Amino acid sequence: MTAVSEYLGRNVRQYGIWGALVAIVVLFEVLTHGLLLMPNNVAALVQQNAYVMILAIGMVMVIVAGHIDLSVGSMVAFIGGLVGIMMDKWGLPWLVAVLLGLVIGALVGAWQGYWVAYVGIPAFIVTLAGMLIFRGLAIVLVGTTIAGLPPGFNAISNGYLPNSLGFMAGRDVVTVTIGVLAILGLAFSQARSRSTLRKHDLVVEPMAAFIGKLVMFAVLLGSLTWVLSGSSGMPIVLILVGVLVLVYTFVLGRTVFGRHIYAIGGNLHAAIMSGVNTKRVNFGIFVNMGVLTAIAAIVTTSRAGASVAGAGDGFELDAIAACFIGGTAVTGGVGKVSGAMIGALIMGVLNMGLSIMNVDPSWQKAIKGLVLLLAVAFDLVNKRRASGA
Amino acid sequence: MSTDNIILEMREITKTFPGVKALQDVTLSVTRGQVHAICGENGAGKSTLVRVLSGVYPHGTYEGDILFEDEPCEFRSIRDSEHRGIVIIHQELALSPFLSIAENIFLGNERASHGVIDWNATNSEAARLLARVGLAESPDTKIKDIGVGKQQLVEIAKALSKRVKLLILDEPTAALNDEDSAHLLDLMRSLKGQGITSILITHKINEIAAIADRTTVIRDGRTIETLDMRGAEKITEERLIRGMVGRSLDSRFPERQPNIGAEVLRIEDWTVYHPINQGRKVVDGASLSVRKGEVIGLAGLMGAGRTELAMSVFGRTYGANASGQVFKDGEEIHTRSVREAIRHGIAYATEDRKRYGLNLIEDIKRNITSAALGKLSQRGVVDREEEVLVAERYRRELDIKTPTVEALVGKLSGGNQQKVVLSKWIYADPDVLILDEPTRGIDVGAKFEIYTIVNALADAGKAVILISSELPELLGMCDRIYTLNQGRVTGQLAREEATQESLMILMTKEKEGTSR
Repeated sequence: MTAVSEYLGRNVRQYGIWGALVAIVVLFEVLTHGLLLMPNNVAALVQQNAYVMILAIGMVMVIVAGHIDLSVGSMVAFIGGLVGIMMDKWGLPWLVAVLLGLVIGALVGAWQGYWVAYVGIPAFIVTLAGMLIFRGLAIVLVGTTIAGLPPGFNAISNGYLPNSLGFMAGRDVVTVTIGVLAILGLAFSQARSRSTLRKHDLVVEPMAAFIGKLVMFAVLLGSLTWVLSGSSGMPIVLILVGVLVLVYTFVLGRTVFGRHIYAIGGNLHAAIMSGVNTKRVNFGIFVNMGVLTAIAAIVTTSRAGASVAGAGDGFELDAIAACFIGGTAVTGGVGKVSGAMIGALIMGVLNMGLSIMNVDPSWQKAIKGLVLLLAVAFDLVNKRRASGA
Repeated sequence: MSTDNIILEMREITKTFPGVKALQDVTLSVTRGQVHAICGENGAGKSTLVRVLSGVYPHGTYEGDILFEDEPCEFRSIRDSEHRGIVIIHQELALSPFLSIAENIFLGNERASHGVIDWNATNSEAARLLARVGLAESPDTKIKDIGVGKQQLVEIAKALSKRVKLLILDEPTAALNDEDSAHLLDLMRSLKGQGITSILITHKINEIAAIADRTTVIRDGRTIETLDMRGAEKITEERLIRGMVGRSLDSRFPERQPNIGAEVLRIEDWTVYHPINQGRKVVDGASLSVRKGEVIGLAGLMGAGRTELAMSVFGRTYGANASGQVFKDGEEIHTRSVREAIRHGIAYATEDRKRYGLNLIEDIKRNITSAALGKLSQRGVVDREEEVLVAERYRRELDIKTPTVEALVGKLSGGNQQKVVLSKWIYADPDVLILDEPTRGIDVGAKFEIYTIVNALADAGKAVILISSELPELLGMCDRIYTLNQGRVTGQLAREEATQESLMILMTKEKEGTSR
């Protein structure tokens, strides 16, 4: 057992954030007398916070590389506006509008990436400018609101997977199946990488810790899908977020591009001296952020059922806060998609719980600010303790 | 010797970190008015000891007693120890680059009344202190405009402003050239004349011989012995080394039978200008060549342009308007970016590991593979299992001392960090390896291991260019040595004809009037 406790001791910081999420969920479950985890609220939690999670994925990469992006909120309004115009004014099919939206996102990202990577202007300045530019353009384009978007488009954020497999004991079979597949997939991939390490006689975590971790994630995934299956089923946007999380966990953890992002953020000079094409990587990071911002714009516009010139106000701060709560280093070089997702969930649960309790929005803001501050402070104190001074 | 001559006594100091006993029953007693050297390998516990003394590790986090001027000390912070007149000057200088010399000297200790700085007092006192340390600079010169050697003197002036009684210098000459080092040692002698006691922590045995009155040798966190350098018995270099490593070093350099093949790399008429002051030639028409299986050395004093030559050839990472030709296996190549240089089989392991060589907040394996990720990946996806195996292989082959290759590089000792840098470039599988000061700041035992690795590389047919400021190292390792001065190649000597004296003559050879 000492091996397990030692292992937990070493990884306390990594799992501390999970503990914080669980604690906040339990706290609000009690404070709201069980309303927080009602099926409809769980679905709404996902649908309302999908934008933060999507933006936080891109933002983790931006921050790990040592940059920041302040423009994503304005870009959400700008791209959302263009997508609305394409559907409403030009009568394009919604799928075409969505694809064009992604292309525009990439172009806007390339614009900002050019100034950051090739001209060498700090991202803070470039994206501060972008924040003003795209907010202005959004208002010029949209006016105030473009409403009456196609139902297919609106379903992206508000719809559920069709109940094509019927019900079993009052549960949506599609949702349950997805949950089971997700758990199996997780167990399989974890076991496989463990056995490869084993095969080469390399250090692996203790068996008990491995099982414990798997069980914890299985319970989390299982209860999420279980709760959803008793209600309207699987929100489409949850699938979207799930796929993005998987893809980008892979990109950051296993691709050369991802590796170069950590290298640049960890020590820019060493990255240059190792032959990393830092300009191209930085450019790529911003193009990628643009595409993810476009997805967030589509989700936000779909959720509202309308393009709104004021949409996305403060989104950049939500995404940045999610990253930092999730353990991304302010100085770059360290950060994970999973951490940022938990950060986003913590913010989301706070929002949801406080709203259910009818807390005034101004107070909600103040509370969220305090949580951000405390989370980073906690992280720093922990780090200092770990370094042993 | 009567006890009232003892200014500092540390008794049975034990300091434990989680899992490691950094110091065990260390005892140190320093006589007033002497220069007391502490020497030992890296990781022996020298720095931990002075951190305990200065209150960086506060009272209560260690065991044992400290007596300063016969009074027990329980320092809770550096402020406490400085208040008593104990000042440490760390290896990494702690000066603010955009503030003036005077402002830095009185930083945190400002000459002010009611929070308003008295500039006249500040500058005049600073000028007096600068005169005392022999630094001829105006007090309002900015720190960024003076060199490292002078910055060190400013640190000492700052210590003097705090009415220092015991001055502790941690590897003060590590970043200094010979001239600045000599000046610093002179200054220590003159401070001794003024009654200031100093503790000198150093690797450099010749410095100890030159200046120390007594020397305490520390090994593996314990006091091994304290030697009286002015006593009847003459303390030789070998004697000190034996104390540090616990064995005598018969040969400091491993043997190698050179097996030299065809020319691999030739640099012709290479000229580079200073990146900011673009009128100044930093490398001036330099030419050199290296053959397969050969180790060549670049010797030169500080500012000779050795690093600048290497870095400008390695993907133009230094300087402006580089011109000249580079030939690889007889054909001209271009190395305008680091990637191009690597593709042509050139690798450069930097002299500044922490700044240019490593990502300290990343683990060992990812540092090792960072220069050749392409070898590990298919369609942009890294094979992580293979990566661990590669890292494990180098951990074994180069004997990197770590429990796992997933440990952060920042936690390793200097010698092991250097092995990670070497692993990284060996994995990139170059034909030409440029090693810039590969043994800087690492201890005697690890140096020997690095030399063995370099020899193995040469035996494997690599061409090695070794840049070093330690002449014995060049003489012990190289088949041929080029000398540089002021950016020009001033000569080359084969192993047999090279001596420290003959190299030094070429390294200081001035430009002739008739040359271009």
